[in-house]
Amino acid sequence: MAERRSPAAAFAGRFAAASEGGALRLAELPFRTQLNLRVDPASPAARDLGDALGAPLPVEPCTAVTAGDVTVAWLGPDEWLVIAPPGHRPELLSKALGDRHGSVVDVSAQRTTLLVGGPRARDLLAHGCALDLHPSVFGPGRCAQTTLARAQVVLLPQADGVHVLVRSSFAAYLAEWLLDAATEYLR
Amino acid sequence: MLLIPCPWCGPREEAEFHYGGQAHVAYPDDPAALSDEEWARYLFFRDNPKGVFAERWSHSAGCRRWFNALRDTATNEIHAVYRVGEPRPVTS
Repeated sequence: MAERRSPAAAFAGRFAAASEGGALRLAELPFRTQLNLRVDPASPAARDLGDALGAPLPVEPCTAVTAGDVTVAWLGPDEWLVIAPPGHRPELLSKALGDRHGSVVDVSAQRTTLLVGGPRARDLLAHGCALDLHPSVFGPGRCAQTTLARAQVVLLPQADGVHVLVRSSFAAYLAEWLLDAATEYLR
Repeated sequence: MLLIPCPWCGPREEAEFHYGGQAHVAYPDDPAALSDEEWARYLFFRDNPKGVFAERWSHSAGCRRWFNALRDTATNEIHAVYRVGEPRPVTS
């Protein structure tokens, strides 16, 4: 069997060292299942997909819903990203869609997830992101596609911190940038 | 830098967007019937007003949707944004 290596695996040690001070918690959450979902939100197929996921697809821009261990993030008016723990099977959604107009595509290898948690997490992200990340407007239930240090990311605020979904090929760059920007918060 | 209000995502930095030129340039009904000059006019000739201009933008680093905006080319003020297929809003 081929060896599976996550895009930011080489940063595990430096992430752990940066997390020691308590101000920040950096980590990679590798190999999470990600499915790109495209369907007309007004169609019966969208309702069936919502039933299969356990929560209706969020139609308000820049929001996300969580049902159990599955999070569905709004990417566009007819596009969503389903995020689930590693090993989650996409067949359930394909079956719910059937042969109707729409698509379910496994994009797990496209992005990896960097966790930016701790009391200074939002200060750290603000070094490279112009969005208002204050919890009053950007707490759990929100999501945003934007750029962080010029790299395209999906930001998902969760209970343990902000999940930064970044393309695999940008993961090393963004990890280096996060560690560099974090310098002032480390002891 | 401009702050452009994406009709889906809300106000975002200009760097997240790509510019798409003049909006509402209709594709010819019968392209094969056009003369070379008419075809060139369709392809290359665009308005260049000083003032309000309807133009296309794509929120390429966000929701990746195309939309139209009414921007004043002299002041860079954005008077309105509207989704593709919607009519051009009337501005004073």
